[in-house]
Amino acid sequence: MRRRQTVIRGLLAVLFFLAIAVAMTFLVLPVIAIFTHVPPSRLLHEFSNPIVTDALVVSLKTIVISQVAILLLGTPTAYFLASRRFPGRPLVVTLVELPIVLPPAVAGIGLIVAFGRFGLLGSTFDALGIDVSFNQAAVVLAISLVAGPFYVRQAIASFEAVDRNLVAASRTLGAGSLRTFFRVTLPLARGGLTAGEAICVARGLGEFGATIMFAGSLQGHTETLPLAVYTTFEAQNGLDVALAISALLVIISLAILIALKGSGLWERSRPPVLAVARPEPD
Amino acid sequence: MATLSTSFELPLRSFVLELTLDVEGTVALVGPSGAGKTSVLRAVAGLVKPAAGRIALDDDLWFDAAKGLFRKPDERRVGLVFQEYALFPHMNVRENVAYAGKSRADEYLERFRISHLAKVRPAELSGGERQRVALARALARDPGVLLLDEPLSALDANTKVAVRGELQELLREFGLPTLLVTHDYEDAASLADMVGVLVDGKLRQLAAPQELVARPADGFVASFTGANLLRGTARRREDDLTLIELEGGEVVYSTDHAEGPVGVVIYPWDVAVGLHHQVDSAMNVIEGPIRSVIHVGNRARVRIGPVTAEVTDASVERLGLTPGSTVVASFKATGTRLVPYG
Repeated sequence: MRRRQTVIRGLLAVLFFLAIAVAMTFLVLPVIAIFTHVPPSRLLHEFSNPIVTDALVVSLKTIVISQVAILLLGTPTAYFLASRRFPGRPLVVTLVELPIVLPPAVAGIGLIVAFGRFGLLGSTFDALGIDVSFNQAAVVLAISLVAGPFYVRQAIASFEAVDRNLVAASRTLGAGSLRTFFRVTLPLARGGLTAGEAICVARGLGEFGATIMFAGSLQGHTETLPLAVYTTFEAQNGLDVALAISALLVIISLAILIALKGSGLWERSRPPVLAVARPEPD
Repeated sequence: MATLSTSFELPLRSFVLELTLDVEGTVALVGPSGAGKTSVLRAVAGLVKPAAGRIALDDDLWFDAAKGLFRKPDERRVGLVFQEYALFPHMNVRENVAYAGKSRADEYLERFRISHLAKVRPAELSGGERQRVALARALARDPGVLLLDEPLSALDANTKVAVRGELQELLREFGLPTLLVTHDYEDAASLADMVGVLVDGKLRQLAAPQELVARPADGFVASFTGANLLRGTARRREDDLTLIELEGGEVVYSTDHAEGPVGVVIYPWDVAVGLHHQVDSAMNVIEGPIRSVIHVGNRARVRIGPVTAEVTDASVERLGLTPGSTVVASFKATGTRLVPYG
């Protein structure tokens, strides 16, 4: 009897470690393969390929512009949604979060029929002389729609986590709402905002589906790094270039993740599963 | 001194808070948790808007529902000290105080003996230090009214005694109309000139602490207002007892040790009432005419000289206790607590 138990226990242990080994290999192997498929010297050589440098420039430029837009528009939105209670608020928050779970290709189609030449606002944009399809403005819109909600969602959680008594204290100490926001709320939410921003940058850098649908993939204009991975891979003998760009994206992504973890913001950046119990003022 | 006059209605989750109260000197509101105490302070500070009523500091109108006037917290001269102090965790002590009043920061750090902590963040402070910083910050705002939310409840028992003394001194020194709320009757009685008992958003009784113990309006007030608190001067005796000469000239003994001005705490149910001097172990005996007999449920509060005793209605009848008749109140030195009472 006892021997049979020991055998079962041993078998379970083997299965346990086998499951771990399979999972780890599966997760890590693709990343390693990117760096080992061709010698590093060939990867380095491809970094000077104009396709790569053009895509890097497009990616950096559109990321910077979209992040400025996301921060300037997303921060007040998040603050409003975090600090006000009004009927329909859960619905509004859900709508803001929807693009996170939406397939990017659907976001791309949505952008086309909303802002494209024949879209909802197309004629308005036309009249204003704004053209936002198949150019860098379109790339910025695609990134903002797909990645922006990652920042806004985290920002809402960060603002909600700021102790309301500290905000109240600031007001009773003679500070108006603006001074309170910039001296108390914002500094206390900053850690969470930075974490949300980092995740948003990482997601924006990888944006593919919505961009290719709404902005196309034109080298030097709308071809971002992930788009370049795809087009070079499709091209004759383009695997080396695709690998080089992929390696670059792996390094950037890893750097963002390590920076987040090092700053201790990664743990804090997860929105609480349950709202922290706060004693109601009696 | 200025007067804070409040009269307002504020609907809360399970009841409507209704309060009419003029604050001159120090007024304490006591009551169980959930009675609406904190909401009173929040309404005065402008952090919540009452449904009706009026709040003013002298002729400076802060809230008037009839006129549609509601001043924001930063437009009212209030110094609110939060229960957990609400110090800004990302600022050091000096920055916290300077936030309320840049020009007065150094003066107040000095005054509250926290200059040496100027560069320290709140997380590294002790409970007593945090409270001093919170008070310094609230007063650096140059308020016309001081609001204290459970000023002593975040402190451990040892710190509490010391801080209570400091707070008494401070309230006298600044001479601001002060409204404080606490669930601890002893804290209220030791800090305030007038104590109000708040239950389910209604003020059951407002009176001087001794009056509240002697003439509780109802059973709840009676059970909530716990102890007699008598002022006196303590002196250590050779036999290791402390002799306290009360303000009225009576002398009582305590097993607690203290020197100088103290508060003597005696629970009414620890005081026995008799018609003659007894031969028993009670060291403290006060003889005098009964000042009042107040029936509370099946008990009665009987005031003799400075102390109030709680006895059963049956005893009142049996002994024929009526105002004016001379009786003897006795209580044990071991049941007589001494607290700082500057």
